[in-house]
Amino acid sequence: MDDLLAEFLTETSESLSELDLAVVRLERAPDDQPTLSLIFRLVHTIKGTCGFLGLPRLERVAHASETVLDRLRNGSLSVSGEGIGLILSAIDRIRLIVDTISRTGAEPDGNDGELIAELIALAEGRMPVPATPAPAPASIPLPTPTLALDPVPPSTGAAAPPPASAPAANDHGADPAASRGQTIRVSVDVLETLMTLVSELVLTRNQFLQQLRASGNAELTGPVQRLSHLTTELQEGVMKTRMQPIGNVWNMLPRQVRDLAHDLGKRVDLVMHGAETELDRQVLELIKDPLTHMIRNSADHGLEGPEERQRAGKPPVGTITLSARHEGGHVVIEIEDDGRGIDVRRIADKAIAQGLSTRAQIDSMSDDEIRRFIFQPGFSTAAAVTSVSGRGVGMDVVKTNIEQIGGLIELHSVFGKGSRFLIKIPLTLAIVSALIVGVAGERFAIPQASVIEVVLPGTQSDTRMETIDGAAVLRLRDRLLPLIRLSTLLQLPDPPDGGATGKRTDMVAVIGIGSVRLGLIVDGVFDTEEIVVKPVANVLRHIPLFGGNTILEDGAVIMILDPTGIARHAGLDAARKDTARAVAEEDGDTDQRLDMLLVRAGIGAPKALPLSLISRLETFAADRLEVSGGRVVVQYRDDLMPIISLDETVDMPHLALHGDRKAVHPVLVFDNGGKPVGLMVEEILDVVNTALHVEFGTDRQGVLGAAVIAGRATDIIDAAFWLTRAAGNWFRATAAAATAKPRLLVIDDSSFFRQLVAPSLSAAGYDVTVADSAEKALAMREAGRSFDAIVSDIEMPGLGGLGFARKVREGGSWVDMPLLALTGSDTVQEARSAGFTDTIRKFERDTLLSSLKQCLSQPIAA
Amino acid sequence: MFSDTNKIHRGDGQHPLDDRQEQGFVTLTLADQLCGVPVLAVREVITNSKIVRVPLAPSEIAGNINLRGRIVTAVDTRCRLGLEPAPDTADRVALVAESEGALYALLIDQVQEVLSLRLDMIEETPSNLSSTWRQFSTGVFRLPERLMVVLDIDRLLALPA
Repeated sequence: MDDLLAEFLTETSESLSELDLAVVRLERAPDDQPTLSLIFRLVHTIKGTCGFLGLPRLERVAHASETVLDRLRNGSLSVSGEGIGLILSAIDRIRLIVDTISRTGAEPDGNDGELIAELIALAEGRMPVPATPAPAPASIPLPTPTLALDPVPPSTGAAAPPPASAPAANDHGADPAASRGQTIRVSVDVLETLMTLVSELVLTRNQFLQQLRASGNAELTGPVQRLSHLTTELQEGVMKTRMQPIGNVWNMLPRQVRDLAHDLGKRVDLVMHGAETELDRQVLELIKDPLTHMIRNSADHGLEGPEERQRAGKPPVGTITLSARHEGGHVVIEIEDDGRGIDVRRIADKAIAQGLSTRAQIDSMSDDEIRRFIFQPGFSTAAAVTSVSGRGVGMDVVKTNIEQIGGLIELHSVFGKGSRFLIKIPLTLAIVSALIVGVAGERFAIPQASVIEVVLPGTQSDTRMETIDGAAVLRLRDRLLPLIRLSTLLQLPDPPDGGATGKRTDMVAVIGIGSVRLGLIVDGVFDTEEIVVKPVANVLRHIPLFGGNTILEDGAVIMILDPTGIARHAGLDAARKDTARAVAEEDGDTDQRLDMLLVRAGIGAPKALPLSLISRLETFAADRLEVSGGRVVVQYRDDLMPIISLDETVDMPHLALHGDRKAVHPVLVFDNGGKPVGLMVEEILDVVNTALHVEFGTDRQGVLGAAVIAGRATDIIDAAFWLTRAAGNWFRATAAAATAKPRLLVIDDSSFFRQLVAPSLSAAGYDVTVADSAEKALAMREAGRSFDAIVSDIEMPGLGGLGFARKVREGGSWVDMPLLALTGSDTVQEARSAGFTDTIRKFERDTLLSSLKQCLSQPIAA
Repeated sequence: MFSDTNKIHRGDGQHPLDDRQEQGFVTLTLADQLCGVPVLAVREVITNSKIVRVPLAPSEIAGNINLRGRIVTAVDTRCRLGLEPAPDTADRVALVAESEGALYALLIDQVQEVLSLRLDMIEETPSNLSSTWRQFSTGVFRLPERLMVVLDIDRLLALPA
């Protein structure tokens, strides 16, 4: 193929993409003279050149199109939907012929008579054209001139794929380079390798420079400086090969919006600024889907229909503005619509209805905070699910995708006026800016994108480190920031205090992961550095705290911390809303909402225990208390119920015999294997539904640990301890008499739940064994252990409850064993199909017990 | 003399299975025990590299080494073989080898020489060796002076992820 033809083909391919965009634009603004001129000029150029090159077929089609466009341009013909459709099919025909030429070097055989006739008819004002679409000539099936026709099939898939001529033909053929002229296709792998090599070159250069500085060899200075400049330029150049204009992704949007608006009966104008803004192709690939989703969202949810807009005094055509610009090392993309905006009240109602929040919490939130609910998984305000959006998957996925590449998304909205989404993403993923911190004599990098600020805690009350029940917090601008000591997290030895350098100063790097804020206590902060992120070796990949490793300018290898991993490890997931009150918990996720009964008993913190453990709340007048065998009892439902006090300083027999006869004592009644047991408290304070994060590790008897409930540090009561103490000898005889208790295996990754479930099941007469993972449970099976039933959590790391059930049902000694699932969410169907016998919500004690009874179909020893 | 060539690990996998074939072995010491690894499995020998330890890593991982801009995971071979940790004063020598596309540095006490040995001279690993040694050894050569245990680099690097 001669050079002239090759150049023509490259140029025409570019013109055709431009034409697609321009024609869609024209449809929206039929009087847009510049667009009309552009289209005319493009088609005119094609026509002119192909006459010159001797491509008669192409020339005829282009000529007929040009005639129509000329009429449109000089105003003797007005733009109509059918007209646009016809022009688009003419463009498609041109594309088809051009593609064939680029593959074979010659025009394909075929007849464009009908298309040309229609174009001429249109030019002469004899529209509408025949209702039946032009039949395609046998040799080349032609796209039909309908509006839905899609010239770029891979991007939308809206129309039936055009025949063999598809633009994909660009990707193969005898001489693909011919249609590209000045560009060549390079495999991404080659670019990646280049990138790696250049990164290494840069590092080597840095080391070299350092050594040179140390040796002070003046002769080398000149050449080395030159080498240094060249290296930098080379690095920039290679980086550039990975960059692509964001317009490459945007190109498909006008057509999509047009089709979407058509389906929805809306009129939408898509305005784009900054399409030439370049960013790394890897990043581009990753934001493509989120961007498309958001544009569709704006068109569907954001913009109103024409009538509604007019009622609101807005122009009938809605505008979506998409813009991109560079800002520091980031690209900022804004998606703005002038639609109805976000109704905060509706979001709030929905959030409450979906159990994401409570009215009280909503009342204390700012509008911005409430609007952020749209980023919650499963949240959709669309009243009806349309084909376009409102399927409940959406903004949360968008947010996740953007955060995964170190970006952030913000939402601004004025109700009635419109919404604006702001996305900030890094230019490239290969190089990130990182804060280098020191701890225990070693250095670590924290991605700068997650670092909000660095605080030097002082002695003033506004920046002082304090501890609540052993958990360090920092009061920072009226918020309590949970603190994590990095050396503890990484299990590094703390350097000895004091010594030559005097007292060690702690610094706090405040990091933000989504809405979660936490402070990392480090020994020092060095610098920010641009680092090349390298993946960690396979053998280290299981450590969740590292996001990669890198080589610093001085040649040292350091680990890059993963803020998300740290937050998760510390139990401060993004799922947690109440970050300031967070109490770190090391034992898996106990992010379950529970009804907790808050009581006061004795001095110290309020005490709490799960309401579900208690069978009744009673009050007994003091004169009903009797003393029997040194113990206090009351007659309760034809039984004698032993009562002890949660406040150990209370002398119960003394209280019963000599206390105020008129006093009324609140008592929590437990069911201990069919026998009631009472626990006396001073006062019942409240029942609070709360997500519980328990800090274990107290050595006080009868207390499991501490948690923050309703803003106060609260002791979590070990019900089992008090139950045994109350029942004591009382029931020993019955317990001993009980023959062969049913054996239960309880599997839960949360030690909190294990400690709750196991005692209450023991109290109900079961012989309970616990396992903290499905894997451990399976190991018990392999070890030949046998049980009568298994109670398992669903959500656990590793195999999980569902995987466990499948394994059990696959075969082995436990294949027929009753399996009960404990779950925090509604996964009944999944649980059943995995092989569970029954599903019980965490923590419904009575349901669990009755279900167990049924499964075991034998009376429970009481 | 036993002759069981099928058990011999070949670092390159290119040599035909011929009993008289000679193969090069890098000899090294680990806690005074003479060992050998196929020379073709070793990319290079590095000395006195700065090893940066990785917090929370398994004990077999000594840390990371910067090898001309590539991050190489250093494996504590002594720990892997269940030997006492090397004294702090010892020079650390490492053999660089590749496994599943990643580079690793196997820390050893000393590297000695490269020997060309006839593969039919290899003997089975004695059954009274500890299970750890048997797991990582593919055989033993009787050299004139002493015994040389052939170590399997792939198995040494097959660390539990």
